[in-house]
Order: sequence, then C-alpha cells, then structure tokens
Amino acid sequence: MQFHKYDVLIVGAGGAGMRAAIEAGQRARTAVLTKLYPTRSHTGAAQGGMCAALANVEEDNWEWHTFDTVKGGDYLTDQDAAEIMAKEAIDAVLDLERMGLPFNRTEDGTIDQRRFGGHTRDHGKAAVRRACYAADRTGHMILQTLYQNCVKHGIEFFNEFYVLDIVLSDTEDGQVATGAIAYELATGEIHVFQAKSIVFATGGFGKVFKTTSNAHTLTGDGMGIYYRKGLPLEDMEFYQFHPTGLAGLGILLTEGARGEGAILRNKDGERFMERYAPTIKDLAPRDIVARSMVLEVLEGRGAGPDADYVYLDCTHLGAEVLESKLPDITEFARTYLGIDPVTEPVPVYPTAHYAMGGIPTTVRGEALRDNDAVIPGLYAAGEVACVSVHGSNRLGTNSLLDINVFGKRAGIAAAEYANSVGHVELPDEPAAMVQGMVETLRSAEGGERVVEIRTELQRTMDINAAVYRTEDTLKQALHDVQALKERYGRVAVMDKGKRYNTDLLEAVELGFLLDLAECLVNAALARKESRGGHAREDYPDRDDTNFMRHSMSYKVLPGGSTGPDPDAPLGLTGFLSDIRLDYKPVVFTRYEPMERKY
Amino acid sequence: MTSTAAVLDNTANTASEIPAPDGSVTVTVKIQRFNPEVDSEPHWESYDVPALPTDRVLNLLINIKGYVDGTLSFRRSCAHGICGSDAMQINGMNRLACKVLVKDLLAKKGKPTTITVAPIKGLPVMKDLYVDMEPFFEAFRAVKPFLISYGNEPSRERIQSPADRERFDDTTKCILCACCTTSCPVYWADGSYFGPAAIVNAHRFIFDSRDEGAEERLDILNDTEGVWRCRTTFNCTDACPRGIQVTKAIQEVKRALLFKRV
Repeated sequence: MQFHKYDVLIVGAGGAGMRAAIEAGQRARTAVLTKLYPTRSHTGAAQGGMCAALANVEEDNWEWHTFDTVKGGDYLTDQDAAEIMAKEAIDAVLDLERMGLPFNRTEDGTIDQRRFGGHTRDHGKAAVRRACYAADRTGHMILQTLYQNCVKHGIEFFNEFYVLDIVLSDTEDGQVATGAIAYELATGEIHVFQAKSIVFATGGFGKVFKTTSNAHTLTGDGMGIYYRKGLPLEDMEFYQFHPTGLAGLGILLTEGARGEGAILRNKDGERFMERYAPTIKDLAPRDIVARSMVLEVLEGRGAGPDADYVYLDCTHLGAEVLESKLPDITEFARTYLGIDPVTEPVPVYPTAHYAMGGIPTTVRGEALRDNDAVIPGLYAAGEVACVSVHGSNRLGTNSLLDINVFGKRAGIAAAEYANSVGHVELPDEPAAMVQGMVETLRSAEGGERVVEIRTELQRTMDINAAVYRTEDTLKQALHDVQALKERYGRVAVMDKGKRYNTDLLEAVELGFLLDLAECLVNAALARKESRGGHAREDYPDRDDTNFMRHSMSYKVLPGGSTGPDPDAPLGLTGFLSDIRLDYKPVVFTRYEPMERKY
Repeated sequence: MTSTAAVLDNTANTASEIPAPDGSVTVTVKIQRFNPEVDSEPHWESYDVPALPTDRVLNLLINIKGYVDGTLSFRRSCAHGICGSDAMQINGMNRLACKVLVKDLLAKKGKPTTITVAPIKGLPVMKDLYVDMEPFFEAFRAVKPFLISYGNEPSRERIQSPADRERFDDTTKCILCACCTTSCPVYWADGSYFGPAAIVNAHRFIFDSRDEGAEERLDILNDTEGVWRCRTTFNCTDACPRGIQVTKAIQEVKRALLFKRV
C-alpha cells in the first residue's frame, strides 16, 4: 500500500475535473486521480455547443438564458444557481477561448453561435442563436483544451487510478473529508491519498441502461461511493433521454443538427414536432422531443421494418453544411448504419444520456450531507453533482456550461479551503473497506457472471424505467434490480491477477450501477407526477402542490455505521439495504412556475 | 510456458457461451495474448464467436471477455471513435476496435473468417492489448501543445477569421489514440522520434493565428528527433481514424522550418 499527501485531490479528469484542476493547481498542491487517461473522458463525446448569451449574432442576454434553463427544467431548477450559471457562462466561454479553444467563427471573426433546443429569445418567442461551438466536436475541443492547459500548468495526474472510496474523519466539529482510496489498474496496488479537500468530478451512470450515448466507463462510481457512506443523492429519478440516438445503437447525433435546420419526421414524412411544440418545433427541449418520438412510434407512425424509430432528415442542409458544421455525426451515420445523411434520412430513437441528479451541492460546489449542512473539504462538480441547475430536465449545451462554471467554482473553493486549514488525521486503517472489497471479489467463487447481471439490469431499465414509466413498470424494475443485487452477492471474476485486472473493476462498477439503478427507480416510484424528464403515464400532470421539491435518497446503513463493513460478503454490508427518501425545497428567485408550453 | 508460435484453441468452450442473435455468423478472433504474471512472451489464442455483420470488433472482444475469458484485457470507453482508447492492430492495420465493423472483414462467400487482433506496435506491451502510453504522451507534452501568447489578454475573444480558423481545422480533430504514431516505421525503429501525433498537435498551434509560440515549437521540432525523421511513408495518414491528413501536416511543419514562415 502506498501513501500520498496533497492539498487538493480531484477525482475524475473530464471537463469538470480538469477545469477544477486548472484553478486548484495554481493555488494549492493538487493531484488528479482518473480511471482513464484524461483525453478519454466522455466530455469529449459532447458535440453541439456551449450556450452563453454573448449576443454575437443576435440580441440575447443572460436573463433570457436563466429563464430558459428554469423553464427547461420544468421549474425544479434552483433559480439562484441557474442565474449564476447563465451570468458566468459568458466568462466561461471567453476563458476557454483564451485557453485556445478553436471555436467556429463569424465573418467578423467573433465566436459563432447556433440555435439549440429550448434556448429562446425573450422568454420563449423564438429559437435564439446562443450555442458557441466548434463544428460538432465542441466537447472534444473543450476536453483537449483543458488537458492542454493542465499540461501547461504542470498539473499532476495519476492515470488509470480507480477511486473506490472517500475517507471521512470524525472531528470535534463533525465529519470532514480527509482523503480518497484508489486502486492502481497497472499493479493492483491500493493507494491512500490524504488531502485537505477533494473534488468529485466522476461523471454520470448511463450504463444502467442498454441504449445509451454513454461510454462503457460511465458507471456512477462517484455517486455510488457517496451513497454508500449514507450521504444523499438528489433527484435521481430525473434521467434525460436524448432524442436523437442512432436507432438501435444509441450513439449520439447532436441536437445541433436540428439547430442547423434538420427536421424530425415520422414514417409518413410528417414533421410531427409541429403538433407537439408549435412555436419552436424540433428545437423543443429534449424531454418533450423524446416523448413525442416515443408517442409517434407507439401510435403506429414509426418508420423501419419494425416501425420502431423515426427519421432525422438532414438532406435539405446540403453536403457543405454537413461536412463543415456536422462532420462527425455525418460520419457516425455512414460508419455505423451505412446511411449517408446527405442523401437519406437517418433512423433515430431516444437514447439514455444524462443524469440530472447526483451529489447535492451548494453553488460553490460544496457537497451536502443533508438539505443544508456541508461536509467540510468535500466538493462535487459536473454530471456527478446536482446543484441543481438542470432541475428535472437539462437543456442542450448546459452540461458543457455546467462543467466549466461549476468545475471552476469547485476548484477555487476547494483550493481556498485547503489553504485555510491543516491536514486532519486519517482514521485507522482507512483502506480496510476497499481492501476487503477487492480481495473478496478477487477470490469469490460464486456462479454469477458480471456480464449477465449487467445485461439483465440494462434490459429491465430500458423496458421499465426509460422515457415513459408507470407504477407497474417501476415496480417490475425495482423487483428486478433487487433480485440482481442478490445475485451480485454471488458474482465471481475470472481474472484473479493483479495487473490490469479490468474484470475485477467491472465487477466493482456493476455494484455501483445496481445501487444507482435502485435509487433511480425508487425515487421514480415515489414521484407520482410527470415533470421534465420524469414522465408517468399514470400521473400525466405536474403536481406542484405535492412535488415541487427535490428528492433526496439516503442509503439506510445498518446500526448507524458510516460505511460498508469490510467483513460482510463482498465487503458491502447493507448492499441490500433500504433507501430512505426525503425532500428538499426548490430555490425560487424571479420566476413563478407556469405551464410549460413551447 | 506457451511459445509464440503456438495458437491456443479455445473454440471448444466459446460458441456455446456467447449468446448468438438471429443473423449472426461464427467468426474466429485470433488475439495476441500476454499476461506478465504468467507468460514470458506473447502468444496467440483463438476464439470462435458469434458475430453480427453490424457488430464492431470491440463488441466481439467484450463478449470474449464477458463470457469466455475475463482475463482478456484491453482499453475501451466511448465505443464510437471519439475517446481514442481502443487503438489496436486489426488484421495488421492500426484501427480503433469500435470503428471496424465485422461486415467489412468477412471473408468471401463460404470461406471462414479470421480476425487477428494485436496490440499497437512500438510501445511496451503491458498485458494483452494494453500498451504503456507514457512515452506517447511524453512526446505530446514535449511540443508545448497549448496556446502560447504574450502581452495583455483581450477582454473579449480574440478575433480570428473563418479562413484563419480553417487553416488548422484538420489537426484539431486529433484524439491522441496513437494509431498514427504506432504505425510509423521510424517510430518502431527509434522510439526517441516524436512521432506523427506529437507533430500533428504542434501543427494545430503553429498554424493557429492566435498563437505566438511557433518559433519555440519549431525549434523543438527542428531537433534530430523532430520532423526530419519523417520518411513520408503515409502509414500515419492511412491509420488515422479521424481522417486527418497527418503526412500533409508534417510536410507543412517541414516547410515552415525551411522557409521560416507559417
């Protein structure tokens, strides 16, 4: 076991983690722990753009952006946080430009902007050009630019280090975060990292679903670790389905395509979004477009041999626009479906995309242990966090914005906190749980396979907990997930070695996925209304009287312990434990909830 | 200990384990295996697996790992050609396993299909398809791959015309997968050569009108391990999964050095 000591630890090297690292690294001794190489992170898969009211191409202002974000989130958005994000968006874009990001340009040489779903002029009057972009690889350019600047600032990385636990120490003033436990992929060695502050930026958990735009590595490790400490996860029932995944594959085709004028059509060639969102049509927010697509298919207007998808029609955009502004998605359609968007409409269907929920934080990125109290030294930013700027449905481009605005804020806050306190002693044997879990998994001889449990989890989640949900489907999903958790107790890995044992780590990751799927389904069952990304067929209306509030899911730990018991099967005591659901008020500032029409 | 020549045949316990969807065919995947904890050198193993024509080679590897041999180790993440994790030699060519479809590798009518998979060359093999990426990233970092500017920062964005932006568009597509660098015969022969990917990333800044670091970067690339080692074999261009004109970029850097202007 190796021991390291830093001021600030950043866990995760996607956009939020590296944006935080650039700030923290210039202020305090900082290390970034990442289970991948930094440039592999899934920020790189984001395509369409990053919204900021620069007003480079038409009138715009941050207040309109705030309103769109609040309305897009179906009023579950915390309005103070949304306002901060929309205001700081402008500097966030300019920061990236100064760091070297190659944005597309207008004829005047300023940053060009395109339209995006749910982003409107003057509170919904028409779509507005607000998204700053670099072709359809904006996320790639953000990830590369941030990594380039980490190289410039000499940020220290521990690549292919899987953080599997956080360390909390009890002090006279309560619990504080004091470190993280990491598993080194290359050697199988356990590392203890002591620090004064820790920023979680580990991303989402899209792999609970089968059809997803998410990478194989998006297994919700950060949220899982947090949850297993008995700490809350906010708004887990709100999961976004991106309307335009390549049919059957889930590979993302940017909303920027519709921003450039592409149109969704059913099997009859009808532009069906005109019926669902008469004003902004194909540029309605994602939850609305995804539901409309599913309805078209359910009502028999789906295309293809099984009538199970609709078309994204880009043919009128012309080869030049596709090649210059949307080259990557053009290539995806050609490579994976053998379809050329220049001449043929592309089969698309909603794909699991983004967790609105996650670790509750303040607007400074401080992680919350309940509705109000922070855990000193612990921060979270990006998809793993829930500020909540996205409410029940995130607008397109607001995730690239979120990681930049709140990544920066968390990095600064974590470094300032680290510079104001000393190191707090670690508890005895801080790595005992991780050692127990890893050794138990490595030596387990049960008959269950990781791949089979994972496949069944993804199958039930796709069928029972996706775009539309009912009491019955959610109960089925909960039943299935709990049965799979039981089977997980008998899981065995084939690779018993130390070096690059991804078999072992996939088993660990599956444990996180199971926990988070259970949280999602449990919170979805309790929310007997439809709001944003959570659509209940049996409760089709929004119910502000009973549900204008964030959900908070707590794992009920046996005997009030603060973490899993190393002696239990798989080192996961209470893996089959209950969830306690609580609620947290929404922050209102300017906007009264209204009916959401586009 | 298995010798390099031997091919271990796992066919007996493969086909029945992996679920075979309608329309799948059986293909043989022959993989170069190496586990430093038990092997002294690499060897080949073969697996007969069901595959749909639309399957990515990555799907086959994931199925082998999940159902047949969990010790098979390889990097993967996004699975659609954006993250650059799964560069490997597929039928002798550097490719991303998530961008090669089985239908493009099927043998002509009736003949059995064998797909060979091996780690990319020129970097130390750590286990199976895992190579040590550190030397690759070291070369990347050495060319100062970040915007260099002097003087006061502008309060708004720097102005750049669409034409100036277009000048380096191609090289901004790089995902650092190492397909190009590890396809380069010069790089295989002498690992101290920066390799194509590092030069691509230098190009991305040298030809960016906002950058003021061209001279210092060109000094680095003028070194004996720099651009002059390139023998213009075009392997790199052929290998790039992002379609970057890698050799052209290297030539442009050479020209900038010769004529002292960008």
